[in-house]
Amino acid sequence: MSVSAEAGRKGADVRSDCWVKITPTDSGGIQFRMNSKVQIMYGGSIEESMSEGLKFFKIANAIVELEDGGALPFTIMARVETAVKRLNLDKGKQWLPEFKAISNYETTRDRFRRSRLYLPGNEPKFMVNAGIHKPDGIILDLEDSVAPIEKDAAQTLVRNALCQVNFYGAERMVRINQIPRGLEDLKYIVPHNVHVILIPKCESADQVKQVDEEVQRILKKNDISKEIFYMPIIESALGAIRAYEIAIASPNIVALTIGLEDYTADIGTQRTLAGRESFWARSQVVNAARAAGVQPIDTVFSDVADMEGLRQSVLEAKSLGFDGKGCIHPRQIQVIHEEFAPAPEEIEKAKKIVLAFENAEAKGLGVVSLGSKMIDPPVVKRAQRTIKLALETGKLSSDWREGGE
Amino acid sequence: MAKDLVENAAGRLVPKVVNGKLSVPYQGIGKYRPTETKTAPPIATCSDYPPDGNKVLPDLKTALNEAGIKSQMTISTHHHFRNGDLVANQIFNAAAEIGVNDLMWFPSASFPCHAPIIKHLDSGVVHHIEGSMNGPLGDYCSCGKMRGLGVLRSHGGRYQAVQDGEVHIDIAVIAAPTADPFGNANGLTGSSACGLLGFALADSQYADKVIVVTDNLIDFPCVPWQIQGNYVDYVVVMDKIGEPEKIISGTTQITRSPDRLLIAEMTAQFIKEAGILQDGFSFQAGAGGTALSFAIFLREMMKEMGIKARFVRGGSTQYLVQMLEEGLTDYILDGQTFDLEGVRSMRENPRHVNTSPFTSYNYHSKGNFASMVDVVVLGATEVDINFNANVVTHSDGRLLHGIGGWQNCLFSRCTILPIPSFRDRIPVIVDEVTTLCGPGELIDVVVTERGIAINPLRQDLIEATKNSSLPIRSIEELKQEVEEICCGKPEKPKLGDKIVAVTKWVDGTVLDSIYQVLE
Repeated sequence: MSVSAEAGRKGADVRSDCWVKITPTDSGGIQFRMNSKVQIMYGGSIEESMSEGLKFFKIANAIVELEDGGALPFTIMARVETAVKRLNLDKGKQWLPEFKAISNYETTRDRFRRSRLYLPGNEPKFMVNAGIHKPDGIILDLEDSVAPIEKDAAQTLVRNALCQVNFYGAERMVRINQIPRGLEDLKYIVPHNVHVILIPKCESADQVKQVDEEVQRILKKNDISKEIFYMPIIESALGAIRAYEIAIASPNIVALTIGLEDYTADIGTQRTLAGRESFWARSQVVNAARAAGVQPIDTVFSDVADMEGLRQSVLEAKSLGFDGKGCIHPRQIQVIHEEFAPAPEEIEKAKKIVLAFENAEAKGLGVVSLGSKMIDPPVVKRAQRTIKLALETGKLSSDWREGGE
Repeated sequence: MAKDLVENAAGRLVPKVVNGKLSVPYQGIGKYRPTETKTAPPIATCSDYPPDGNKVLPDLKTALNEAGIKSQMTISTHHHFRNGDLVANQIFNAAAEIGVNDLMWFPSASFPCHAPIIKHLDSGVVHHIEGSMNGPLGDYCSCGKMRGLGVLRSHGGRYQAVQDGEVHIDIAVIAAPTADPFGNANGLTGSSACGLLGFALADSQYADKVIVVTDNLIDFPCVPWQIQGNYVDYVVVMDKIGEPEKIISGTTQITRSPDRLLIAEMTAQFIKEAGILQDGFSFQAGAGGTALSFAIFLREMMKEMGIKARFVRGGSTQYLVQMLEEGLTDYILDGQTFDLEGVRSMRENPRHVNTSPFTSYNYHSKGNFASMVDVVVLGATEVDINFNANVVTHSDGRLLHGIGGWQNCLFSRCTILPIPSFRDRIPVIVDEVTTLCGPGELIDVVVTERGIAINPLRQDLIEATKNSSLPIRSIEELKQEVEEICCGKPEKPKLGDKIVAVTKWVDGTVLDSIYQVLE
């Protein structure tokens, strides 16, 4: 009897992915049957890497088939590991790829989160170039974009991507599955420099605490001391009602966002372009987030062909008080950044406030005033942020202080 | 070094003799200056032709016989019907029936639809092909199964080879969407309409015998006569000469790939930042997804800046036609039409002008249009750290594309290659190109999704863009990053010692050798 297991995808249209099938045998060593698009260029190193993997899992005899559409090593390794796991031969071990230096950068609590790009967690072809489009954040998604039977494959692939793919400075985010299932995802991402964990369909502070406890346990076990941030997603009536308690459930929450597909279904209606049905919930999320001192982030705009619609949607989000917007296509990023960029009059006002603040500081004054008005610290902070955003989006040149008006 | 090979000015080993003829190794750009007289077709006498102007014969076989087809002759065809051509295969079927062999096929390009020629290569009816080969014919040649050497020339180089006598065409067969019994022909109307017939122009003028084949015979006169009946010996009518949906697509697709769109956008931005985008400028972009998107980004920028082009070079598409009709360019100077809008525009708009390799690209013309274009945007399969580029072979050494007008276009004032830095796991930026098609000194800018590399020879462009927000990087840096992403340098293909084809430079000298792929 020969039991076998496979992982990945094959076919003429499959690019940057591969399909691996492993059939353990009683004897004969490892026999490779490879068909790779890059056979001539990388055939040798692919075979070498797969041999290493089988050795790692102590599989000495097997037929290993590979159909490769130009997959990068992080993908080939993930597919091999998934096939081994599906044979129940992994013995709970993870075959980790090298953690590359390019993956080793930090984030900060209050960085800009204007755009966050969702990538399906089991689709390697979108991962490699996602960072060149310069989103503020990249979300490797383990939840809705992954078919239930591929959850295990996505966990491994996302872990390997966190180790090896260059996201070019974008904040490294992962959307785990709904709690409690999502707790199982954490061991694949927490040790590999995930910056922000998105908690979907969040309905209670307790769910956030469960995530946080498991994250802290894994960090401790791996002897890592760093902060991992959370972004709960409100996607139900109950979640919306409890938005504030969720937003303050952990000091590591940096943003609160909303998912409207599930929310509108939950309140028994449908999503419209005008969005009247979700006005209350979106405003609730903005208020809860602001009250908790975290960033309110809007839902995704899902019509990738409608750039004008996206523009309007971003303007609306901005006017409601949101700091960011989700996207599902790289071409949406630029539009989002353009529309979240401060308007000229906002910049002018912010310049005056920041100059007044710096002036007061230089003179050692405790109170900042502009004309006859006193300026409160939160207003100064907001103005500094506006200036930073204006600089980042090219709306203001770095020598603006000298430039005067 | 083997006795029969010589190192050319690009440092490549090339054969001294190509298909029995002594060849000149590449000497550098603009160095080779032949001094003999141009070739000429045999003298014709009008009284040998029917006074009523009716040159129609019943079928292709009769026409080939009348034209005096013999073994070892050269038969030429053109590629305006692209992958929808139904004529070339019938020519060699008829030749097989007649019983001749060892013919040389001299197409302006071949396509996968010409796979049936393989059986004529196997049986000996066709000796070898001098023209671009891809798909099954490319594989056949790459694997060393063809008896002669494949010779890959640019569109301009094909005109040059005919004019200076390097290739003598015995019989030209010109498939024409519309023709009259005298042989006047054009590509503007009929079910196989392809716009123009420029690639067949040299063939009509220099071949010993010229056969026009059409499925749309109209009464004399067929105007405009893109092919002049005065050059034509015989006219043959067939039911169908091409498959319209494969000749011309109804619509040309812009790319949806975000990475390609980014490259296209960066290319347009580069042109703006470098100061090339000015009122009265000119550009050429092909019909590939990235090139089309580039044209669309450019169009938006031109509108914003309130400028227009004096002319744009086709391959025309609906997007160029739109620019012409919006007044964003005064003229389209078109080498071939890629969609139905292009055909319509050429038929209706006197500012949409048909051109030929003679006007655009020919080395033996007294100047040509290519060097007058401000900026050209081209593809490539590989570019190396010396900016040398490959467009004919895949990194595994297999023949993939023809040269087309690519080499000729390099003479533009600014040549830009917008290309991905790697495809799947195959690096596009490499140490050394597999096959040399374009010398690096003519390639000015490489735009990839991971940055823009400017040729150090173009200090003017480096200077013009140094304060821009463009991600300008060195080509070595780009190559290094690609190797990191792909996890290591790719291994080189193991190729045989046998040379299966050569690439020619635009002047007819031999630029590089293509070696047998070992299966």
